[in-house]
Parts: sequence; C-alpha cells; structure tokens
Amino acid sequence: MLVNRKLILAHFWLAFAVFGIALTLGAWQMFIRSPIGTWLSNPELYYRSLTAHGTVMGYVFPTLVAMAFGYAISESALQQRLVGVRWAWAGFWLIVAGSIMAVIPIAMGRASVLYTFYPPLIGNVFYYLGVVLVVVGSWIWVALMSINLRVWRKANPGAPVPLAMFANVAGSYLWAWTAVGAALELLLQIIPVAAGLKATIDAGLARIFFSWTLHAIVYFWLMPTYIAYYTIVPRAIGGRVYSDSMARISFILFLVVAMPIGMHHTFADPQVGAGFKFIHSAFTALVALPTLLTVFTICASVEIAARLRGGRGMFGWIGALPWDNPMMLALAFSFIMLGFGGAGGLINMSYQLDASIHNTQWITGHFHLIFGGAIVIMYFAIAYDLWPHLTGRELIDIRLIRTQLWLWFIGMIVTTFPWHWVGILGMPRRMAYFDFGDPAIAPQAFSVTLSAIGGFILLASGIMFIVILARGMRAPQIDAGPYRFALAVHEPKTVPVALNTHALWVALMIGLTLTNYGYPILNLALSSGTSVPAVYVGAQ
Amino acid sequence: MSAEETHHDSAEVAARVERRWATIAVIIIVMMALLAAFAGIHRATMPQPRVEITDPSRLHLSGEFVESNLGSVLEANGNVTVRAIGQQYSFTPACIVVPADTPITLRATSADVVHGILIQGTNVNTMLVPGYISEQLMRFAKTGDYLMPCQEFCSFGHEGMWGKVKVIDKTDFADRAKGGGRLSCVGQ
Ligand SMILES: [Cu+2]
Repeated sequence: MLVNRKLILAHFWLAFAVFGIALTLGAWQMFIRSPIGTWLSNPELYYRSLTAHGTVMGYVFPTLVAMAFGYAISESALQQRLVGVRWAWAGFWLIVAGSIMAVIPIAMGRASVLYTFYPPLIGNVFYYLGVVLVVVGSWIWVALMSINLRVWRKANPGAPVPLAMFANVAGSYLWAWTAVGAALELLLQIIPVAAGLKATIDAGLARIFFSWTLHAIVYFWLMPTYIAYYTIVPRAIGGRVYSDSMARISFILFLVVAMPIGMHHTFADPQVGAGFKFIHSAFTALVALPTLLTVFTICASVEIAARLRGGRGMFGWIGALPWDNPMMLALAFSFIMLGFGGAGGLINMSYQLDASIHNTQWITGHFHLIFGGAIVIMYFAIAYDLWPHLTGRELIDIRLIRTQLWLWFIGMIVTTFPWHWVGILGMPRRMAYFDFGDPAIAPQAFSVTLSAIGGFILLASGIMFIVILARGMRAPQIDAGPYRFALAVHEPKTVPVALNTHALWVALMIGLTLTNYGYPILNLALSSGTSVPAVYVGAQ
Repeated sequence: MSAEETHHDSAEVAARVERRWATIAVIIIVMMALLAAFAGIHRATMPQPRVEITDPSRLHLSGEFVESNLGSVLEANGNVTVRAIGQQYSFTPACIVVPADTPITLRATSADVVHGILIQGTNVNTMLVPGYISEQLMRFAKTGDYLMPCQEFCSFGHEGMWGKVKVIDKTDFADRAKGGGRLSCVGQ
C-alpha cells in the first residue's frame, strides 16, 4: 500500500514541472539554431537556455523521478511504512532550494557553463552550490533506501529481497558513488575558484573527475527504466518475469561495471595516456552485457504474456501481444530507441571510431536517443502506471496516452536521426547558430530543420503528458488496490546471499573505481604546473 | 509426471536457454574488445600516449608555441609539423596550410579555456585543454579546403570559432617552404 502518496506526488510533480520547462527551452534552442529561426539568434541567451536545459534534464528531473519511484517501491514492494518520512521531505526541500539557487544565476547569464561545468570557465558560485544542494538532497534518499531495506531485513531474516527493491537500492548506491566524482570536482576545485579563494584550476584534472560522474550517471537515469522493464511491464501486459536471478545479475553488473568507465569521454583529451583510455574502453564494452541480458530476459518475459494470450509459432506470438496497452507500446518504443542508441554507444566507446564523431552533433543525437528516448518514455510509463495508486483516481484517457507515446517516439526519431547524420559530416555540437550561407555548411540546413521539427513534436507530446496527469488528478475516484510488481515464472523461495545483498558488489564497485581512476587522478593532482588561470563567465 | 516435476523441468529449460544467451552476449563483448585492441595495436588510430604540459599564460613569451613558431614547417625528414593554439574565439593560425600525401603531426594547445579541433571530413579530432599539449597524427589523401570548427563549448563566442585547413600539392608546399619559416594560409 502506498501511504506517503503526498511525498511521492510532490517529487513527481516537481520532476514533471521542471521537465516541462526544460523541454520548452530545448525546443526553442533547436528552433533558433535552425535555418527557420535565424532572426532570433542570440548566442548569449542560447547558452543560458542550454545550461538550464542540461542542468534540469541531467540533475534535477531524473533524480526526482528515481526518488519518487524509489519511495513508492520501498513502500509497496517491502509492504512496510516508509521509515524516515521527515528526512525524505527534508531531501525534497533541499532539492527545491538547490534548484532555485542554481537557476537564478543561470537566468542572469552569470553561469552559462552548461551542465558539464567546463573549467577553467567559471560561473557564479551559487550555481554550483545549488547543484551541490540537489545532490545532497538526493543522498538523503540514498540513505533512506538503505535504511528501509535494513529494517525490512530485520523483520524478514533471510527472505529474498523483492526484486524491485533490490534493484532500487542498487541504483541508489550507484548514484551515491558516481556523484562523488563531480562532488570532488566542485568542492575541491571549482567552488574555491568560483568563490574567489583561488585563481587557478587544473582543467585536465577537473575533466577526469567529471568523467567519473558523467558516464555512470546515465546508468542512474536508466535504473527506473530497467526496474520498470522487469517489474512493471510483465505484470501490466499479463506476463511474468522470465528469470528473477538474471534480473538481479543485470542490476549487479550495472552497479559494478558502470562506474569505472567514464574516461571514454576523454578519448581525445591530452591529459590521460593511451593505457587508461584502453582500459576504460574495454570496461565500457563490458557494460553492454547487462543490457544484452536484459533485452533477452524482457523479450522472453513478453513472449510468455503473448503465449498466454494464445500466441503461436516462432514469431507469430508477436501479433498476440496487447499492442493497445500503453505499457506494451512504451516498452516497444523504448527497446527500439535503446537499440539504435546502444549501437551508437558501441561506436562511441571504441577508441578508434570515437575520433570520427567525438564532440559532434552525433553525440547529442546519441544521448538524446538513450536518455530522452529509451529512458524518459519509460518514466512516462511509470507515472501512468503509478498514478491511479497515488491519486485514487483512474486514468481514463487511454487513447490520448497512446497518442502521447507515439508522438514522443516519432519526435525522438525525427530529432536524433538527423543529428547523427550531421555529426558524421563533422558538425560540432553546442553551437548557438550556423552560417548556413557558407556553401560547406548549407547542405546540413535540411537536417537541422528536421531536428527542429522533431523538437516541436516532442514539446507537443510533453504537454500532452502533463495534461493527462493533471486531468487524472480530477478523474472519478476508484479503488486502485495495492500496487503490485510482476512475478517471476519461478518465484525464488531462496536467493543466494550474493544475489540478495549489495555489500560485496559495492566493495567491488569502489575497488574498480579506485584502480581505474586512482592513478590518473593522483598523477594529475600531484603534478605541478598544470593549473591555469580561471576565466570567469561574463567577465570578458 | 507430478506438477512439481513439470515445474522443475521447465525451470531447467529456462536456465539452459538463459545460459546460452549469456554465453553469446559474453562472446560478442569479448570480440569487440579484441577488435579494439587489434586496431589499436596496429595504430589505425591511437590516442596520444604521452602527457605533455605547458603553461598557457607564458605561451606567447617563450617555448614551442610563441607566435613566430605557429603554422606549418617542413622537417628535414620530409614530414610536416603544424603548431597551433586555440583561444576565445579563434585559432592561430586561422588557416592551416599542409601538403597532401605527407605524414603530418599536429601539435596544439589552448591559451585560455577548453577548445577542440575537428577537421570536417576527416578523423582529425582532438581536445585542446589549457596546460596540456595535444598531439595528433594526420595525413590528407587529396588537396582541397576543409572547415575546422572548435568542437568544444568555450563560452559565448563558441559558434564563431571556425578555422580552415588548405591541403595543397606536395611540390607546391615544398616550394613555399624553401625559405624555411612557418607557413600558413591566413589572408589568402
Ligand atoms: Cu573554442
């Protein structure tokens, strides 16, 4: 039963409100950098907007969704009242305060450093402090997830931890540890400079710290999506989870190997040698493993549902799936986008192929397809699924929900495919506008226009999503019953300790991070003469 | 057969299928890593192996990146070295001239914030991080003009930071390099 509905709803609504704002900014950015909107070009406003879009979409929105979903899982999967409700509210208000603190300097144009910070470019100190507050707020959630699981374990000694909670806690640990990289960068390097206590900064070291956060954060964004694949979709379409242990192994693998691979973001950087780059490249290949396992397990789980509905034959069962069920639709779209985005990811992680597309529009296309596409469409599905349980009211606009999901999928494809294409042609990313009059750039005008159209399709879909949820708050009351998670074909009676606890895997995660990052970081931190003068935004 | 046994049998089947799939997945990944290692060892493209540092606030005073040393130079062994710096919001030299069909070493750094060099239509792509020297090997098969945008956000003028690369005939380049000195195509 969901008891703390208000808490969960507050997180979701804040998440979707900031998402709506950031989505609008995103569409505006695509418009003014395209050939159809050149009359509005203003680089200064563009980079402010880009900083706000990235900061919200990267830090605030997915964190709040993970927290809301995490609290819901903790209550419904463990069937126990949430421990630490006051702390949970404190975490929420810290995130509110941090977001406001960060957005003011952004709006004033004093923090146009984009969400990846870019030292020695330094923005207003309150921007960074705001981001720190958001992270601290989310760390309270990490602690609460761990504490709630511990309380449950005490009451149920030796029992298998419900899969949803096992995965949820794995995701929270992953976040806690991956955020440490950016936290070190902010606290040790950037904030002292932004506050005027220091005038120089090692930009190379800062990029290494940031890469520690920047890759695994994607897997943190991904966690709610994967939890939904395993524990919501099979139930919603009348199937079962093919394998409970395979699911646990996938989440453990994410926890262990997602972390120590971020240096693949610095393949083209001069401050790391080739050796560590190769190690990180190989580890990045490894992280494809849990996704491959998941694709298999989920397809098999979906097949069970189809066969229970009378589906026959090698591929004939696909037609028997409940395609009008929004959850089925969301899963299918998510998988397609994950497929394309994942293939692009394999290209990025290869340190030979990266050279052709490094820092081009291809990268923008890649991560929007994965995060904005495969991940966010499942956030929608999670909200739709949870909403009746949170509001006690039925979501009646099923056709509208299907249209919304279709539009999101189409919008994502129309936006990201042209980006991939111009990326291959060498179009750099993060540019406020292009000189489409230049004959060498003119041929890309069509692709950029197409992307902008995709942006407006996405905006339309995002607005529909918010309208559907808002209407759901005033729909007729129903008794939604207890919130349930999918059962496995063979529900585990006992689970090996290794698949039921996190300690070993957290230790492995930390150990691997230290071996993969320790030497490069120490090497840079100890070398003198690599710090350079800070360049303050707006001071030029 | 009892229900318990059927259940057990189907669990066995499930586990077998699962193991098979996991094996395939592992093989795919090992193959990818091996391919990457193979290509890397053969130096199809390799990131620079050494880390070199330089003080960005002294670039114009002395050392490799003083203004008079920027541009392209023909080395005694027939190779060409190009030295360039990026600063908000331009490259120096803004137009790089190089010969076709010649091994070229690009050495570049940043004088202020992080920039990037990307030569469109090629695999030349490297970050310029202040304090560090980036080195990249390149070779152009054909003559022609290429655009060279800054690929990393470097503040409000980033979108205006476009350099050019002019690849000219090998003998033309040798002619122009006769007097020694550093070549560029700025103003041409
Ligand atoms: Cu630049």
